[in-house]
Amino acid sequence: MDILNEISLFLQTSVQMGTHILFAIVGGIICERVGNMNLGIEGMMLMGAAVGFSTACATENPLLAVLAAGAAGMIGALIYAVITVSFRGNQVVTGLVLTIFGTGVAGFIGKSVSGNIIPQSVSEAFAPYSIPVLSDIPIIGKALFDQSFYVQLAIIVAVLAYFYMKKTKWGLNMRSVGENPAAADASGINVTLYKYVHILAGGFLCGMGGAYLSVVFLTTWQDNVTAGAGWIAVALIIFSTWNPLKAILAAYLFGMLKGLNFKMQGWGIQIPSQFLEMLPYVATVVVLIFITLRKKKEHQPPKSLGNPYFREER
Amino acid sequence: MKKKLLAALLAATCLFTGCASGSGSSTDSQNAPAGDTNNAAEGNTVKAGFVYIGKIDDGGYTQAHDAGRKAVEAMGVETAYIEDVPETVSDTCEAIRTLIEEGCNLIYTNSFGFMDGTVEMAKEYPDVKFAHCSGYQRSDNMSTYFGKVYQARYLSGIVAGMKTQANHIGYVAAKGIPEVIRGINAFTLGVQSVNPDATVEVVFTDTWYDPAVEKQAALELLNKGVDVIAQHQDTTAPQIAAQEKGAFCIGYNFPTADAAPEAYLTAACFNWPTFYTDDVQRAIDGTWSSRAYWEGLAANMTYLDDLSALCAEGTKEKVDAARDAIISGEFEPFTGPLYDQDGNLKVEDGVKMTDDEIWNMSWFVKGVVGTIPA
Repeated sequence: MDILNEISLFLQTSVQMGTHILFAIVGGIICERVGNMNLGIEGMMLMGAAVGFSTACATENPLLAVLAAGAAGMIGALIYAVITVSFRGNQVVTGLVLTIFGTGVAGFIGKSVSGNIIPQSVSEAFAPYSIPVLSDIPIIGKALFDQSFYVQLAIIVAVLAYFYMKKTKWGLNMRSVGENPAAADASGINVTLYKYVHILAGGFLCGMGGAYLSVVFLTTWQDNVTAGAGWIAVALIIFSTWNPLKAILAAYLFGMLKGLNFKMQGWGIQIPSQFLEMLPYVATVVVLIFITLRKKKEHQPPKSLGNPYFREER
Repeated sequence: MKKKLLAALLAATCLFTGCASGSGSSTDSQNAPAGDTNNAAEGNTVKAGFVYIGKIDDGGYTQAHDAGRKAVEAMGVETAYIEDVPETVSDTCEAIRTLIEEGCNLIYTNSFGFMDGTVEMAKEYPDVKFAHCSGYQRSDNMSTYFGKVYQARYLSGIVAGMKTQANHIGYVAAKGIPEVIRGINAFTLGVQSVNPDATVEVVFTDTWYDPAVEKQAALELLNKGVDVIAQHQDTTAPQIAAQEKGAFCIGYNFPTADAAPEAYLTAACFNWPTFYTDDVQRAIDGTWSSRAYWEGLAANMTYLDDLSALCAEGTKEKVDAARDAIISGEFEPFTGPLYDQDGNLKVEDGVKMTDDEIWNMSWFVKGVVGTIPA
């Protein structure tokens, strides 16, 4: 096998391994941009994975499966939003509880469908397809153009999120809510509405990310299928400095990590897997140090991240 | 004011979650179906408790064990179980205590990592009988038990060796411990017994359970051109990868033909009811004593699943011949001459490796491509 082909197959797998994380990072960024840190990503992903999978089995309809998965993530996000926005509860604790809650709910729902396989109509809809000519581009052709539509959708979502945040009025309003909700409130932005909408949208994406694993990638229900991917996403939100375009890079770099370990085993190079597993977190810490030192404006976390907004306490 | 409110909320939430997770394990065991009541009438006081590493419907390791528990229930013996127990000493002890408090006097712990906790509890409760799966520590009231699944793996190697066209077989392995190495070696010896040109390439995932990573490992091997995938992992993800790439697969633990019907050849399986019913019967008869149980094909403790229609022609004859030879005792997979990866003679011609040597195997036989992680 020639080296170009090997690289392109490697990237193809890496992109698949980064897709659920990409959904989760973008969902997390949208949520954090309105000033809410949501540690419940893992829980929302698992709820999406379980509900998406059982809906796919029950309805044999791929679109319904995706929507149901997103809705499941959104329900998780709604619980979170009610507690943190309306009741102004602690975001960290609420997020953690949402993860524990989501893991349990997913396990419960998954019990009834364990052993099932995704119906053919759904697996065919999400089967990888190759775009002629484009998929023959060396190195990146297979990674981008010989994939399931769901994989490509993740990239589209990330790009759209970027343009929404940076180029639209709503995006500007949303960011101002995350930076300084009091000022946003004074300028006539409905802070509560903005928080709710974006937290729910973020939950929707997290649910979709989970469903990618169960419905598209594995096509079978496995308990706790995300195996901690939600926590990686929380770290990679910082790594991508709250920028959805960089999230694409972060997610796929992560997708490459394990694959790189397998490649190196093939070459006879031994690296403890613990070392590789540590890398995303080390990279996140390095980025954190870097952005804190450089104080460059567009790389900073949203200023009011983690703080509940009390209009009366201005 | 705001801070106080937050602190109160935080404390309340912690309390709430603390309670929730604390009660989790006991509800699990309460969910366990109550056993047949007629054993009380027979004067039988044995109640068997099972500590499981996974969920009883995981489609793999724990599900295979739970089939054993159900067989015990069918004998009219009461059972209880706790799922999803983490492999730490404190969690193991807590699970065992819960079962003993519920009246269990015969405790099975089904994963290697439960060893230290089981040893500790065996000391604390000398009147309770313990058995720990896949470990090596025993005492007066603590047995060890496991299945010689390497014999079934040898047979599955024959199936793979007959099937491969590329003479290149992939093996997704969890960790570089003797149990896994032994399986890889037996599988490779089986492959080479029918196809001396074929090699088995191994990738270690360093996890027993992570479906996505297991699939990624299989894809890496498939991208290299292997056309059969075998596995020592707890999920069917490697088999799904094989099916997706038009290759074939061999399962583990449990027959999994449903997971990848277009790729499934067979699986190397445990038949846990054999051990559990035997052991519980000894407890009922009063003949239970601490022992090291390690049986294979002959005792029907391990077996090869029925061959699927996808297997190469002539496979059945070869598998049957090898199975008969192993069961009758005239053949053992780990019999010399055995060479290591570099071609050094490790076991002399005609010499059978002892159970101890097989149990502690830490080198790859010739034909395996890959390195054991440090």
